[in-house]
Amino acid sequence: MRAHWQGGGRVQQALADGRGGLLSAIVKFDSVGLRYGTGAEVLRDLDFRLAKGGFYFLTGPSGAGKTSLLQLLYLARRPTRGRIQLFGQDISDASRDVLPDYRRRIGVVFQDFRLIRHLSAFDNVALPLRIAGKSDAEVEGPVREMLAWVGLADRASAPPPTLSGGEQQRVAIARAVVSQPELLVADEPTGNVDSDMAARLLHLFTALNRLGTTIVVATHDIGLITSTPGARLMRLEKGTLGDPTGALRNPPAEPVRAG
Amino acid sequence: MSPTFFAASEAESRLLPGGTFRGPTPYVIAIMTFVMMIVAAAGLALANAAGVVGSAVEHKYILQLSDSRSGKVERAVAVARSVRGVTDVQAVPEEQMRRTLERWIGPGGLGEDLPVPAIIHIELAQGANADATGALLQHAEPGSRFIAEKATVQPLLGSLRALRWLAASLVILMAAATSAAVVLATRSALDNYRSTIDIMHGIGATDGQIARLFQRKIALDALVGAIAGAAIAAIALLVVGGGGSALARDVAGTVPLRRSDLILLAMMPLAVSLLATLVARAAVLSALRKAP
Repeated sequence: MRAHWQGGGRVQQALADGRGGLLSAIVKFDSVGLRYGTGAEVLRDLDFRLAKGGFYFLTGPSGAGKTSLLQLLYLARRPTRGRIQLFGQDISDASRDVLPDYRRRIGVVFQDFRLIRHLSAFDNVALPLRIAGKSDAEVEGPVREMLAWVGLADRASAPPPTLSGGEQQRVAIARAVVSQPELLVADEPTGNVDSDMAARLLHLFTALNRLGTTIVVATHDIGLITSTPGARLMRLEKGTLGDPTGALRNPPAEPVRAG
Repeated sequence: MSPTFFAASEAESRLLPGGTFRGPTPYVIAIMTFVMMIVAAAGLALANAAGVVGSAVEHKYILQLSDSRSGKVERAVAVARSVRGVTDVQAVPEEQMRRTLERWIGPGGLGEDLPVPAIIHIELAQGANADATGALLQHAEPGSRFIAEKATVQPLLGSLRALRWLAASLVILMAAATSAAVVLATRSALDNYRSTIDIMHGIGATDGQIARLFQRKIALDALVGAIAGAAIAAIALLVVGGGGSALARDVAGTVPLRRSDLILLAMMPLAVSLLATLVARAAVLSALRKAP
C-alpha cells in the first residue's frame, strides 16, 4: 500500500516487522443477554473481555447467535440485560447522541455487504471518511489505495449491482477498513471470495491488527482460523459462549496477536 | 460531510439521487403557495380598506336635529363653531334633506307644517373631547343627538376585520396543510432510502447529517414549487387585481396593496420554503430517533 491511506505506510511497516501489541480490554461484556421482543433469549450470560489489539474468531453453528453478538459489538442493538463496555465506556444505556462517535471507531463488514446500490464502489468505500468530515481531497488517495488493495482499482466507478458477490464483499471490506478503525467486526468476510483473495484479505486484517486494531471475525472457514495462529477462538452455541479455559473472561496479560 | 444547514457537497447529493419534480412535493407546494398568496393579498387589501374607512370617519360626528325650523340649524352651527376643538361644521342643506325625505314619503308629502329634520356634520381636531362637545351641543339644542360617524360604519368595519382574520386563518391553515404534505413526502422519502439510512447510521452518521440530506432535497423542491406558485399568483393578482386597484383608488383614494404589502407577499415563497425545510428536518429527526 502507498502512503496515501491514513497509516498506509504503517500497515506496510507492520506487515514487514510484525510489531504492535495489546494494552487493555477494548470490549467488556458482563452478564449480557439479548432477546427479540418477548421471545426467548438468543444470547445468554455473556461474560468476556476482548483485549485491545487482539484477533478473535467467532465460530458456532448457524443460529447460535453469532450475528446477534456482532450486532451488539457494532452497536446495532442494545442488550436486554447486562452491561457492555466499549472503548472503556459503558454504552449499555448510552444516549443515542453519543453512539455515532463510537460507531466511527468501529469498522463493520456485514454478511449481506450492505452497500449503497446507487453509489459507485468508490463512493461506498469513501462513505466512512466523508461521514467523519474528510474533504474530497483527503478521501481520494486512501479510497483509491484500498480499492487497489482489494483488487478493484479498475471498478471504482461501478455501482454494486454490476459487481459480482465477491467484488461486492471486497468493496464492503475496503469500506470497513479505510478509516483504520480501532475495532473491526466482520461477519463471514471471506464467504464469497476465492482462496487467494481470502488469504489476501486475511493478510489485510492481520496488518491492521498489528497496527493495534482489534479484529473480530465471525466465520465457518476453518482454513481461515488455522492460518491465523495467534488468534483466539470464541465458540458460541445456543446463545452461550464457551470459555472452558477462562481466557475470554480473564484474558492473560501478554499480547495476543494474529500471525 | 458539510456542516452547513442547506448546502451539500456533490458527494452528499449523490446519496439521495433524484432531482426536483420527481415527486408530488413541488406541485403541492406550488398550489398551496398560489392559494396562500391570493388569500393573503385579499386579506391585506381588506385590512387596508378597513384602515382607510376607519381613519376617514375617525374624528367626524353628526348632530341630528328633529326640527330644522325657527333658526335651530343656524343656532346649532354657530354654537358648534364656537366650541374649542371643532375644526369644521357643515349643515346638510334643507333642500337636500327634503329630497331625501321625499324618497320615503313621496313628492308633495312634506307640507309646511311637517318638520324637516336637520343634519350637521362636525369634525373635531385630534385629541378634542368629543363627549364634552356633544354635551355642550345637546345642552344648546335640547332633543338633538350627537352621533360618532364611526358608529354608523362599525358593522362594515367589523365585517372587514372579520374577513381579514378569516384570510389570516386561511393562510395559517394552508401553511399547516403544506407542512402536512411535506411530512408525508419526507416519510415517503425516508421509506425509499431506508437501507441507505441504516447503512449510514451503522457507519457513524449522526441524525443531523442524515436529516441535512433530506432537508436539502425538500428545500429545493419547496423553493421551486413556491416560486412557481408565487409567479402564477402574481400574474393572477395583476390581471384580476388591476380593476380592483382602480376602483379602490376612486372610492378610497388609495391602492389596495401598499409597497410593504407587496414586499410581504414577495417574501411568502421564501417563508414557505423555509417552513417546508424546517418541517422536513423535524420529521426526519423524529423518525430517526426511533432507530437504535
